[in-house]
Amino acid sequence: MRNAPSAEDIARMYRQMLVVRAVEEQLAVLHRQGKTRGPIHTCIGQEAAGIGATAPLEREDVVTSTHRGHAHFVGKGLDLRRVLAEIFGRVTGYCRGRGGHMLVASAADGLLGGNGIVGGGIPIALGQAFGFQLDGSRRVAVAIFGDGAAQEGTCHEAMNVAGLWKLPMVFFCEHNLYGLTVHARYQSSVPDLHVRAAGYGMPGVMVDGNDLLAVHGAMRDALDRARRGDGPTFVEAKTYRMTGFSTSDMGGYQPEEEMREWAARDPIARTRALLATMLDESSLEAVERAAAEEVEAAFAQAMADPFPDAAELDAPEYAVAEARP
Amino acid sequence: MTRMRYAEALNRALHEEMARDERVCVIGEDVGIYGGVFKVTKGLRERFGDLRVRDTPISEQAMTGLAIGAAMVGRRPVLEIMYIDFLTLCLDQLVNQASIVHYIWAGQASLPFVLRTQGGAGAGAAAQHSKSLDALVAHVPGLKVVAPATPADASGLLVAAIRDPNPVVFLEHKLLYNTTGEVPEGDHVVPIGQAHVAREGTDITIVASSKMTLDALAAAETLAAEGIDAEVVDLRTLRPLDRETIARSVRKTNRALVVNEGWTTGGFGAELSAVIMEDAFDWLDGPVRRLGTADRPIPYSLPLEQAAVPDAAAITRAARLTLAG
Repeated sequence: MRNAPSAEDIARMYRQMLVVRAVEEQLAVLHRQGKTRGPIHTCIGQEAAGIGATAPLEREDVVTSTHRGHAHFVGKGLDLRRVLAEIFGRVTGYCRGRGGHMLVASAADGLLGGNGIVGGGIPIALGQAFGFQLDGSRRVAVAIFGDGAAQEGTCHEAMNVAGLWKLPMVFFCEHNLYGLTVHARYQSSVPDLHVRAAGYGMPGVMVDGNDLLAVHGAMRDALDRARRGDGPTFVEAKTYRMTGFSTSDMGGYQPEEEMREWAARDPIARTRALLATMLDESSLEAVERAAAEEVEAAFAQAMADPFPDAAELDAPEYAVAEARP
Repeated sequence: MTRMRYAEALNRALHEEMARDERVCVIGEDVGIYGGVFKVTKGLRERFGDLRVRDTPISEQAMTGLAIGAAMVGRRPVLEIMYIDFLTLCLDQLVNQASIVHYIWAGQASLPFVLRTQGGAGAGAAAQHSKSLDALVAHVPGLKVVAPATPADASGLLVAAIRDPNPVVFLEHKLLYNTTGEVPEGDHVVPIGQAHVAREGTDITIVASSKMTLDALAAAETLAAEGIDAEVVDLRTLRPLDRETIARSVRKTNRALVVNEGWTTGGFGAELSAVIMEDAFDWLDGPVRRLGTADRPIPYSLPLEQAAVPDAAAITRAARLTLAG
């Protein structure tokens, strides 16, 4: 494989996937204890897609994420303690607690940003790519979205413009089979969304979204293409949401057999098996221990952090000077 | 000073700002080769090239997102939305995306872009091309909304809007494009957020904006012949609203009529009326009266359209009633 990631790279991504999984499992526990506010959307089962899409990015590349963005935050290099602080509404969060888990943004890391509107970030990534094209820079804008968002007008409009103008952009679709509580077969005219790329003048690529290296490789190719000035790529990562839409989802619509099938393709287990051919068991366990410790420390710190003072509501409505990533 | 049409004043401002700041770019339907349906972008593409002056597909959602994303990475886009009626197509991007970035991201990014559009009745363009949706955008924290009445203000406010680090919705009026006025030479900037007294008077304050300002000034001449000395406050900016200038005038005249071309119910006149009650109640000799467009979709046929929308005669009648109240 060209530019295949090293064992060290894979171990780093494995650790990130473990961090995401552990964070979300812990959030679910805390949600049940009433220690979180609002819905939390988890990507359990989709970690290879989320990390594989973001880990190959350079710091100056930008991402628009979704309501299900924890893996993107971690993959783009955000500080876990500040992500969690945002989720817990603490003043140390990336948005000083004003955004919450769906609206995490870190301008310094190019995570611009999470989004609670399905498909809302796609045209913003389009604009970022347009800005990069005007700059003549080698930066790339990546719109990450799900199969649900692929049915929004914003996605189609943005694909047309990106293809037309050959913008340095990647459309990364995490096809997790469900939009809200409804299976894709009831939402999409076609089972494979990457075929739509042809209609918008860009290549469409489909990968096993639970195969970290497959996602990573497809993403590297798409980024290279964008940096060469050859325009956008649509990458469809087939994956599966092992949990409900959000913590407020009552469930009951994902067939057990389907869940079992996908559980057998768990991206974390697969990545571990891959790494086991490269590293010894004690090295693997060290990675796992480090991930667990990182998560534990981040939760402890974030939950001990202070809330914003209510007076902060009156922070200025408008920017007085330009601020940009 | 140079005498020019409102459309020419806007065009001059765009030429000057694009020449002054290479980050400024112009995007929208018909803005390039054709020079804009109202010729506001005439000559820009020839002068600044088709990278910075882009004809776009008819994709208002994506184009609004494009402006947001490009602004986020350091460009200063000026987006033309051909009719304010099409603003409904942009609302998710404006209301859920653009307006929240500065505050919710706790100042991590600013969005210096201008959304130019034009509204208003009187051209027989019927229900989907004649509205004034000022109230819709002026309702939203984080957006600035300006509505110039004269060529000088059109030019000076457009320059201010382009240089502003926030999203500015710039409301033009289709019947103003061919009106003429003196425009100062040089770096002419009209600060956002400052109303001005367009006509001094002592008996009644008429608060207006955009084309209604011209109609209010015409009404004031009719009223003057009847011995009524009306003061006309031209808002110029709807958000942030210059409450001080409004209150100062009403405290002097003790009577207030508020005029806005949008629909009456829930319209911007309701906001103005509430502001006057809050800031100048003790100085009022009678109730605030508001005048807006009839609460119906704007009909096509000339007598129906004329009956629906306020004009100088309607303002004159409303002023008399205000003084009688």
